[in-house]
Amino acid sequence: MYRPILPALVLALPLAGAIINGVGAFLWREDHRVARWVGPLAVGASFVVVAINFFAMKDSGTTAASVVSLWTWIAAGGLHVGVDLQFDRLSMVMMLIVTGVSTLIHIYSIGYMRGDPGFNRYFAYLNLFVFFMLVLVTAASFPLMFVGWEGVGLCSYLLIGFWYENEAYSNAGKKAFIVNRIGDFGFLVAMFIIYGIFGSLDFSQVLPAATGHLQYGDVWATLITLFLFLACMGKSAQIPLYVWLPDAMAGPTPVSALIHAATMVTAGVYLVARTSVLFALAPVSQAVVATVGAGTALFAATIATQQWDIKKVLAYSTISQLGYMFLAVGVGAFTAGIFHLMTHAFFKALLFLGAGAVIHSVEHAWHEAGRHGGDPNDMRNHGDLRRWMPVTWITMWSATLAISGVFPFAGFFSKDEVIWKSGVLGYPLLWGVALVAAFLTAGYMARLMALTFHGGENRTGEDARGHLHGAPLAMAVPLVVLGVLSLVGGWIQIPESLPLPHVNALEGWLDPVFEPAHHVMAAHGGAAATAAPLGGGELTWGLISTVVALAVVVWIFLAVVRRHYRTAAEAPEPTGLSLVLYRKWYVDELYDRLIVRPLMALWRGCWKIVDDGLIDGTVNRLASGARAVGWVGSQLQSGRLGAYLLLFMVGVLVILGTVAF
Amino acid sequence: MTPTLIRVALLVSAALFAIGVTGALLRRNAIVVFLCVELMLNAVNLSLVAFSRLLGIDGQIIVFFVMAVAAAEAAVGLAIIIAAFRHYGDIDVDRFDMLKW
Amino acid sequence: MTEFLFFLLSAAALLSAVFVVVSRNPVSSVMFLIVTLFSLAGLFVMLEAHFLAAVQVIVYAGAIMVLFLFVVMLLNLGHAELPDFRGAMARLLAGAFGIALAAFTAWTLLTGSDPLTASGGEAADPIQAALKARGAIGALAVPLFRTYLVPFEVTSLLLLVAIVGSMVLARKEAP
Repeated sequence: MYRPILPALVLALPLAGAIINGVGAFLWREDHRVARWVGPLAVGASFVVVAINFFAMKDSGTTAASVVSLWTWIAAGGLHVGVDLQFDRLSMVMMLIVTGVSTLIHIYSIGYMRGDPGFNRYFAYLNLFVFFMLVLVTAASFPLMFVGWEGVGLCSYLLIGFWYENEAYSNAGKKAFIVNRIGDFGFLVAMFIIYGIFGSLDFSQVLPAATGHLQYGDVWATLITLFLFLACMGKSAQIPLYVWLPDAMAGPTPVSALIHAATMVTAGVYLVARTSVLFALAPVSQAVVATVGAGTALFAATIATQQWDIKKVLAYSTISQLGYMFLAVGVGAFTAGIFHLMTHAFFKALLFLGAGAVIHSVEHAWHEAGRHGGDPNDMRNHGDLRRWMPVTWITMWSATLAISGVFPFAGFFSKDEVIWKSGVLGYPLLWGVALVAAFLTAGYMARLMALTFHGGENRTGEDARGHLHGAPLAMAVPLVVLGVLSLVGGWIQIPESLPLPHVNALEGWLDPVFEPAHHVMAAHGGAAATAAPLGGGELTWGLISTVVALAVVVWIFLAVVRRHYRTAAEAPEPTGLSLVLYRKWYVDELYDRLIVRPLMALWRGCWKIVDDGLIDGTVNRLASGARAVGWVGSQLQSGRLGAYLLLFMVGVLVILGTVAF
Repeated sequence: MTPTLIRVALLVSAALFAIGVTGALLRRNAIVVFLCVELMLNAVNLSLVAFSRLLGIDGQIIVFFVMAVAAAEAAVGLAIIIAAFRHYGDIDVDRFDMLKW
Repeated sequence: MTEFLFFLLSAAALLSAVFVVVSRNPVSSVMFLIVTLFSLAGLFVMLEAHFLAAVQVIVYAGAIMVLFLFVVMLLNLGHAELPDFRGAMARLLAGAFGIALAAFTAWTLLTGSDPLTASGGEAADPIQAALKARGAIGALAVPLFRTYLVPFEVTSLLLLVAIVGSMVLARKEAP
């Protein structure tokens, strides 16, 4: 029987780190030694505790959830919410990913953020983020998960706008927070409905009772899941609430790696996986989730092909890959979704960290050469960097092949699983979309690699070239670790149809969690097909996709490498379709026109008409009315003797009158 | 003394009082206002005397006191008017608006 | 005869009172008031208040009105150029109030209980006995110095205060 070992410590360690570093940001602002150790150690120690728990859970063979009650938060009438942590197989997987990748990124940050005046503050925020993310994945009830949900949103805002002196950066932070808020509204409404129907907000009471309270296709199930998906759309950057993520690249690159690739944005996928039984009961919502996911995957991929900023390419790539994850959980392949979440955490974090190394190097080179003003992110300012940054180059190729789904890298197994499942579970159109998006992915990643690391000519500048350098040790080690994981990470789930040893580790591990959902789907949906929509088995399509992906990579690579590119400062403006893609299909402008401006007009109206005119006006008019009445009364106080005599007589008459009558 | 005459006396008193009131409200000259006040006092004296004819000597004693007080009041009041005249140059009742803040 | 005299005196009082109010010249007002006071003195006599009639003439008409005349002359108000009646509005109001007051009191008097029967009938003439015993002055003096001693003494204090006050008020300011 598995009992969680020191469960509170898992959360307490990052929190303690956050507090220590937070205090340090005030008390020993210039001294970065404490944060350098406390930051990564807090998260690393948490990872160790999680790993111990993982092995304990594995050895005990428990499949049920173990809930640890820390204290009671809300006890009001019929509503009881406790600060309860749920250690089950799904949350264990998430905890491992979160703490593991976080530790690597914390170590990387020591190198990346060296010398930054906000070093201590950075680690405080980063530790705090890990704390909230852990709250999110270990919560045993919706409200507590919401606390984590909001908390990671807060840390995201703080970290995006980390260099807050720059107005554009802090605006990006605001944008992220505000767009997320729309999603949070969905989460709240879903909670209200859940409480109304189930009378409780604990997972242990809602999820097992779902089939009892709700019919298949029940309108309430649909509503709950649609509102939950609204929350996912915000947090995990799906259409239409994805617009904050590219702007979030304003934050330090390790932040982009941790929050906007590996962990926070995957919270939505986790939410759907956690409430899988509710989604299984609402086929309409499932279809919505899958369609939005596939659509987003394709849409974002198209934009990524024309971006010049290396981080923006990766940002749109993240949105696209998140679309894959939602496609998976939408069609009911929950394990596939979590699998892709895991492999994506590895290769996307690696890609971001590598990009960070490149940016760091170019910036340093320009600084040494005395050059200012120029975008170190722009790939047109890179070129042939493999000569100076070999470790980064190799590890990023590992990630590129993984994301493109080339065998035997991790992405091949997870992405293929997603595409295959969407094909056999009855979504042929989405299957096709996912395939196209996969090839686009291979394309833009090859372009990225070619522009940055190859090409035979370096565009950073004659004077700066000599100062380019490879990643320092603190940054290189995490790159290598993630590079290896990008290769072998997929080997925990190898399907039978491939002529390889069948490994069912992840699915076997997570099956008990998704069993209720699979049960519902099997009862109502029929069995899965055995062949893809266009015919052919898993092996066939696995071969096709890997070969085509590799071919695309080679083709685009060669095309890009042979072209001569000018630096960002001299490059011409894109035209035609390129321009539309470069401008992200003008979605931000569309939002501005359709939503932001009418709202601002409404607010201005409220201000001028309602607040100034009505409310202030009423108060002011009351005051002038009172003054007018006072004026009338003041006329009685003329001070003139004669008038007073008159009034005196009037009073006498009145008194006599009342006495007599 | 027939009841009618007593009644007439009282009516006269009432009429004199009303005339005094009208005069006090009508005139602007402070001295004339004062005269009207004296008129009112006398009206009251008349009514007191008429009632004392019916009810006892006490009414007359009250009249005695009223006259004494009227004398004192006239003296002081006229002194005030003289002082006011010295200050303002005229004794128009409407002119005195210093009772306001 | 008595009645005729009574009515004559009443009429004189009322008429001259009206003239007090209406006269332009303040001196005329004072004179008319003196006539009123004399008429009232006559009425007092007819109402068996002999001593008071005498006091009225001596003190009121003799001293107070003279004082008024002194002040009028001191302030040189004999030549009033501008009419010192108040405006039309005030006239209207004053007239209205005067009439209202008069009507009210008259109504009360005429519809109220008969003063004579209320007091015990015609036979009762409480003053006669006192007058017979002590004479006009004595009838007044005895209650004055017995029952009403305190008010008497206080009145003397009042007169002292009035003297001092009027001297202070009317004094020219020190240079």
